[in-house]
Amino acid sequence: MLKYKFNPIILLVSRVVSPFIMIFALYVIFHGHYSPGGGFQGGTMFAAALLLIRLAAGFDIAQLQFKKILGTPLGSVGVLIYFGTGFLAMLSGGEFLNYHFLPFAGFKADELRSLGILMVEIGVGLAVLAILVAIYDDLLEGYPHD
Amino acid sequence: MYWEIEIVLFVFLITTALISLFVKDLLAAVVTLNAFSFISALMYVVMGAIDVGFTEAVVGAGVSGIFFVVLIFQTSRRSSD
Repeated sequence: MLKYKFNPIILLVSRVVSPFIMIFALYVIFHGHYSPGGGFQGGTMFAAALLLIRLAAGFDIAQLQFKKILGTPLGSVGVLIYFGTGFLAMLSGGEFLNYHFLPFAGFKADELRSLGILMVEIGVGLAVLAILVAIYDDLLEGYPHD
Repeated sequence: MYWEIEIVLFVFLITTALISLFVKDLLAAVVTLNAFSFISALMYVVMGAIDVGFTEAVVGAGVSGIFFVVLIFQTSRRSSD
């Protein structure tokens, strides 16, 4: 079994690089309508930025950024955003995920569809981000062997 | 369309796959597997599937490499040779 060694250069580089990865992940999520990318890719990239800090600084310091308890609840909130958007369109008379029937006043039809896709992608990104970090934490915890 | 680039990428793809299969050090195997994943993402981009290439680059070369490294840290070899 390998041992963890603290290295200040690696920590400094990942502290500098990580916010830029986060900004690009948010760009990918919010431009998912009309360019490659979307919720899954943006959420995975955001999770990669969080995991970079976890890998470089160790588990205890990274708890200041994203707590371990937060993993499963945030994933559930993401899934709830996705299904909430779908059922909101269903409750106001349309089909499941038919964004044209979303009950927001003051939007034209095309703006309504764009807003619906954005809400769904935010939900998918949040779920993927939280679940990937939760998988990392559960892997790190391991189980008692020998 | 870009068959020269595709031939070069295929050569690198098979080379990295064979290295990651036959190398002894597990950390080196993970790194070459990440290189394999990144080159396959480049091949998707050359073939015109930008979205698939983006997903492959983010998931294959980003997150799964971190998971493999954590897995190596958690396990140990049975025999020390």
